[in-house]
This record gives sequence, C-alpha cells and structure tokens, in this order.
Amino acid sequence: MRQDETTVTANGGVNRRDFLKLGTGLVVYFSLGPLPTFAAGLPMSAPELPGANPLQPMPQGVNFNSFLQISPDGRVTCKVGKVELGQGLRSAMAQHVADELDVSFDAIDMIMGDTDLCPWDVGTFGSGANRLLSVVLRGAAAEGRAVLLQMAAERFAAPAPGVVEVSLESVKPILARLQVKDGVVTDPASGKKVTYGELLQGKSIERKMEKVPLKSVTSYKVIGTSARRKDAAEIVTGKAKYTADFVLPDMVFARILRPPAHGAKLTNIDTSAAEKVPGVKVIRDGDMTAVVADSPDKAEQALELIKAQFSPSPSTLDDKSIFDYLVKTLVAEKVIHEGGNIAEGAKLGELFERSYLHSYGAHAHMETHATLAKVENGKATLWASTQRPFGVRDAVAQVLGFKPADVRVITPHVGGGFGGKNYVQNNVEAARIAKLVGKPVQLVWSRAEDFMYDRFRPAAVIQIRSAMNKSGQVVMWDLKAIASGDWGSVTFYDVPNHRTTAAPITEIAWRRGNNADIHPFNVGAWRMPGTNTLTFARESHMDVMAAKARIDPLQFRMKHLSDKRMIGVLEACAKQFGWKAKAAPSGRGVGVACGSIYRTYVATMAQVEVDKKTGAVQVKRVVTAVDPGTVINPEGARQQVEGCITMGLGYALSEEVMFKNGEVLSRNFDSYEIPSFSMMPKMEVVLVDNRQFPPDGIGEPPIITMGSVIANAIYDATGARLLQLPMTPDRVKAALKRS
Amino acid sequence: MERSIAFTLNGKPTSIKVDDERMLLWVLRYDLGLTGAKFGCGTAVCGACTVVVDNQAVRSCATPVKEIAGKKVLTIEGLSKDGHLHPIQEAFVNHNAFQCGYCTPGMIMNAYALLLQTPRPAAADITRHMDGNLCRCGAQVRIVEAIQDAAVAMKGRA
Repeated sequence: MRQDETTVTANGGVNRRDFLKLGTGLVVYFSLGPLPTFAAGLPMSAPELPGANPLQPMPQGVNFNSFLQISPDGRVTCKVGKVELGQGLRSAMAQHVADELDVSFDAIDMIMGDTDLCPWDVGTFGSGANRLLSVVLRGAAAEGRAVLLQMAAERFAAPAPGVVEVSLESVKPILARLQVKDGVVTDPASGKKVTYGELLQGKSIERKMEKVPLKSVTSYKVIGTSARRKDAAEIVTGKAKYTADFVLPDMVFARILRPPAHGAKLTNIDTSAAEKVPGVKVIRDGDMTAVVADSPDKAEQALELIKAQFSPSPSTLDDKSIFDYLVKTLVAEKVIHEGGNIAEGAKLGELFERSYLHSYGAHAHMETHATLAKVENGKATLWASTQRPFGVRDAVAQVLGFKPADVRVITPHVGGGFGGKNYVQNNVEAARIAKLVGKPVQLVWSRAEDFMYDRFRPAAVIQIRSAMNKSGQVVMWDLKAIASGDWGSVTFYDVPNHRTTAAPITEIAWRRGNNADIHPFNVGAWRMPGTNTLTFARESHMDVMAAKARIDPLQFRMKHLSDKRMIGVLEACAKQFGWKAKAAPSGRGVGVACGSIYRTYVATMAQVEVDKKTGAVQVKRVVTAVDPGTVINPEGARQQVEGCITMGLGYALSEEVMFKNGEVLSRNFDSYEIPSFSMMPKMEVVLVDNRQFPPDGIGEPPIITMGSVIANAIYDATGARLLQLPMTPDRVKAALKRS
Repeated sequence: MERSIAFTLNGKPTSIKVDDERMLLWVLRYDLGLTGAKFGCGTAVCGACTVVVDNQAVRSCATPVKEIAGKKVLTIEGLSKDGHLHPIQEAFVNHNAFQCGYCTPGMIMNAYALLLQTPRPAAADITRHMDGNLCRCGAQVRIVEAIQDAAVAMKGRA
C-alpha cells in the first residue's frame, strides 16, 4: 500500500495532507480521467484553453480526483471536488456508492468542493456529474466491496479467532457465497456475520481503483429510487449555511466602486467623505477602489459617499442594434458539418429563409456572487459561492502570489449557479481586499453588480435557408449560427443536402480566439450554452415548413427522423399530452419541439393562450419527455426537468438584458423578469429510464426545447410566427400585425 | 438615530442598541446572528429576506428596524418547535419544494403568513400571495402543493 502513496506524492498532484488526515479504515482512490473524458461527452468543439475557459484541463500529474473512505465505525465518506448547487448531486452520488458497496444510503457522508479535503476536479457544469462520475464512483465502491469481502472470507475461514494464516483453498468457496446488506457480510453456510466496520478495526488500507466488475443494472436497489435530499432538514429550517452566513471574528464587509458602464474609466475621485465615517476604511489598489466597514449596510452607505467621475464607455451598441452588429462583425465561422450539395438541393423545392434572434440572458441566481476570504501568514482560506472551487483556488493563488497549495477554497451551500458561478471575479476581488486589510472580508455583490458583471448568454442570430419538395420532404438545410457557438447546431433530421456553419463556442461564449471581443460585456455559459438559441431556430423553422405543407408538426418531424431515441421521446411525450394530429395553425394553441444534447433526448409539447389585445402569452400546460439513459434518482430528475421548464419559460417569454452604450440597464428583478408563480403552467414530466445507456445529463438538456415549443404553440393559436426571443407582449403584438 | 429597540424575536423579549434607520435584514443577520433570512435583491422585489412581523409577511431588507419596535418578529429559526419541524417545513421536505434552498426560508415565512390569514387557501390564492417570492431553480409548482398539504395538516391552526 505504501507504493500508492509514493506514486501519488511523487507526481505532486494529490495533496500529501490528505493522507495524513485519513486515519484508519479503507481508502479507495479513483480517477475521473483527464480532460478527454469530459470532452468526449461534449456536443461539438472541445475546450482547450485555461484561464477564462471554465473547462480547464486537469493539472499534470494528478492521478486521482476522488476517494472513498470506509471508517471503522462503518460510515462511508466520499470526497469529490464537485459541488451541490441544488441539483441534488449529494444524494445522487451517494446512491451510486450505496448500491455498489452494499451499504445503506444513510451511512454515506459526502464531502464536496473543499480543495484541501477533496482531490482536484474540473468544476460542476455541463450536466457532467452523473455522466462522468457514475462509472468511477461505482467502480471505486465495487473495489472497496471486493477488498472487504476478501477480508470477511479470510476471517470466516480462520479455524479460530485471531488466526491469520488461512489457505487460499478454504477462502475461495466462502468468498463465492458471501452476501452483503447494509454493510453486514454474512456467510449463509455458517451463519457467521461481520460488519464492514469490524473488519476495518485498527487497520489502514489504501487501494487504487482497479477493474472490478460492476453490478448489472437490473440489480440496483438504490440507483433508480427517489432517495431524499440529504440536506433537506437544514434547508427548511434556515440552518443551511451559504457563503454570506459564515461569520468570523473581526470580519469586515466590503463593497467595490463600479463604473456606470462597461468600458468607462475612472477620471476623478474624492473619497474624503467616505473616509470620515467612523469604522470605515477606503482601499485603493491599482484599478480597484473599495470600502470596508463593520456591517454590510455601513459599507454601502460609505460607497455612496465616494464622488467619482468616469469617461463614457466607447461602446455605442444597444439591445436593438446588437444583432446587425453581430452579423457584420463575427469572423471565421467555419462549415463544421455538411453533406450532399446545397446549390443542387435548393433547386429541388420551395425555399424558406428566416433569421432567428435571441437576446442576452442573465443567470440571475437568487444568491449573488459571494466570498468570505481570510488571508493570514501566507495562507488564504475562502468560503466561496462557486461551481469551480479549484478554479477559484488557482486564480486566487495567482493574484496573491501564493502557491495553490496555500489557498483553500471551501464551498458551502450554493444558492444557484446555472453556469454563472464558473467565473472567479468576485472571489479574486475578495481575496485581494482581505490581503490588503489583514482581516477576514465578506464580499457579497449587490444585485446590480451581479447583473453588471454576469457572464450573459450571448445574443445571437441564426440564419436558416431550406428547401422542401412537393411531398413535404425537406431536401436542403443550410444553417448559419452567428454568435451562438456550435453546440447543438447540426440538425439531426434526415435531409439529403445540408450544411452547418458556426464558430466554436470556445470563441463565442468562453471568449477565446477570433471572436473574443465581439460582445460589449462579459458572456459565458448559460444553462445549455448556445443550444437554447439553436433549438429555437431549428424547431421553429421545421414548423414553418410543416405549416406550409399542411402537415401536422409531429408527423412532419417523424417523416424526417430515424434516430430511435428521438422518436421514442416524441412518442412518449405525445402519449402523455394526448397529441391529436392537425396542421398548424389549428387555433388550439399547441406546439411540439424536440432536441438532443450530450447523449440526452428531449421532446416537449405545450399549450398556450394568447391575449391578442395585450400580446400576453399564458402557458397552460407543458409535457416534457426525457431520455437521459439510466435514471439515477427519478424524483431528482423530475425536479431538474421542472427547473428547466420554469427557467425555459423565462428565456422564452420575458428575460432580456437591456443595455445601451456599455451600461447594463437590467439591474434587478423589476427590470429583468424571471418566472414567478403566476407564470407557471401545469407541468408533466415523462422519464424514459433507458437502462441500456449509462446515465447522462439531466440538469440542462430539458431546457433546450422551451423557446421553440412556445413559439410553435403561439403560431398554432394565432398564425403569428415569432422570430425573436424573448416573446414579449410587444413582439407578440408585432407578429400578430404581420400575420 | 442610535437607540434601544425592544421587540419580541422568535418568542423571546429582545432589546438591541442600534441605529434605528438600519434595515432589519442586516440587524438580524449580523447583529443577532440569525442568518436564515437571505439577501437577494436589496429592494424588496425577490422575497428571499421575508420574515413575519405581527403576523404579516415583511421584506426585512426594506424594513427599518424602528418599525419593529414593540412588535413580534418571527424568523425561520423560530418556526420549528422543540426540534419538530413546523407542518409547512415538513410539507416542503415531503414535496422536495426546493433545489438550491436559498429562497426557501423566505418562501416558508411568506407561506406561514398566508396560512395565518387564509387557513385553507385555494391554489389561486397561494399563487397570488406567493407571486412576489422568486425562485430561480423552479420549485414553484411544488411549493404550491406543499402549502396546500400544510394547510390540511395544520387544520386551520398556524
């Protein structure tokens, strides 16, 4: 076992500290593998660049990014660098371990997102936790179980208690017949029993995960059940601690002076009035001016006393002019997929040409970005609201001039992420201020700061030109994605002549390479990057042609599909919805849309009511069918789908970042409308538990159909085709006028 | 103006010397150590900071502490009694009526105020009353169901 420790430590990856803290028991190390494992599950362009890129490659030399520990008291601790954002991961991961190790779900403790206790992890995004962790978590648990069963068999084979030497021949038959339940090993022949805890008394065993056969899918007892959230009681009692709920002795509260607009530069400043407030300190450090005080409200008052002038932003764009600008400005889109001949295909039928627009969108998690930072004796500790604790660690180490090992990031409860907490600005600012003031610093962004420095879903334009022949068959499909990125851009419909042109999402949303600077402010990953926009365009355009052909939109899709899983979710959705074939517009206000991303398949049907006078749309009912492969926790999966439907209503109907000349005008929930109770439709979720496939993403894919399904339902209700998201009452009225 | 403000906090007489223009949220969280009520928007538009004052739901981020003098303040920390979850809390657990949980204390306190006034609300009453409490994760449908269940369990008593 010493060999493992030497190997790991020599590589310099896993902290030696981990080994010192382990104590007795059994530890199984396992690895998620390096970056290619992650990239393999991605739809299109694979990430490759560090820094602002949230998909940072694994540091060299890291062999293991997690481990499982079984203590002599029988409790199992699983340490992973992933974090709980409300998606129920804590329970889902424990379910994997419970099944393969044969311990009770309640005997498992998860430690998540602590950079000192948990080995390195890339971050919690991309619906990747189950897709990537499932096999390795189960493998590690299976390895642990195999070791424990061997120990149990040896113990049962011993002629007398305490006799160590036993023959291999006497152990083998016992091993073959052992049974385990809830961490108790039983030999049915002799009736002897021993617990995992008893087997590990006084022992210290370390193993690397080897190839241990996993149980068959049909034998799962915990995977596939709706195990409860482990943190439910603390959440409903207010005891769950989020970053801003931690209080340290001497801690101070910071606020930072912000320019009114992106690109505006400080020209003049007078901090004298703020400095006169007792208990307030003003900090100037390079480009940053901050105040600290002994309460958050005093810090805010002091900030308001600073008199500052700024130069105007060089940006002259606004939320209306941005689309033309993007079309003219975006460079280096490439043909990323093609087949047949576009020019020939265009001659084979009637042409349909449309541009689909999508505005910028904000993450708007209920908890704004927040950090508590303590810097003392050359070491930093941060409690951070983040999806990427190791990314925060490395960024803070860099800015403070520390070694990463001297920075510890602890991830408490996180009040929502959705992609917005992949980024480190708030955490780095807190660490800088904490170093300067020499006291623990809480930096919680105001709601206005959270909007201003959010990394918005990029605004985008999707141009589609297609041709359909007289029998209602699409014969040509030419899609150009402008500023959405390439994820989800390639159509899965069977079309003989097709072409997809797009720039990689790494350039668009991660801001690397040719198209890094096209946006007037930060953009980034928003729950299923690019794919909401592209699905809106593709599924709307299919309906444009279906309507012209006077064919029912579901039948029209089926005519162009051969992928069995896509057909499967459409059929499951239609059955639950009670879909009755009719060409649109039928006046019923029903719509359908489907899509696939990662290896998850989604079909959604919706019914809407449109107030033709006001343009207001009320969604009455949404049915979503999802095939994510094996379903780990049906109740958790259903909640994720409901979350996607809800958040999807927002990007479909109301959420739009307004801005002008670098100034973000949407600064709070009164100017950026996220879905509320009164927007809620009746929701029905159909889970297609497809056990021939491993578990795949469920946190993002079900959101991709929401824009198009509502657009198609509005068309079915009114004959008006909406070409821009969100479909606000004004846009609906304008479309009604055009129709 | 700095002065002593006396009020009842979760059933206990409390007095605190404080600038009486300060917002209740900050006093609760950082002077009195009750961090259940959350900061969400700072302008009373999201409901994450909701507490109950004299049986009415209020937004503590926009309630100066002088307005609670002599009143009864109930926060999420005071809702469960003797280690037993309140029926609303129990219903939230049973319905999985939360994801990240950040809005949950405000949701539960606003629901509590509703059930004080309307012990058997219809779904439409719940929607109307809860509409200003925002949840980004999308637990609204479950929250409505949880409140309906809690109303039944409470049999008209809050």
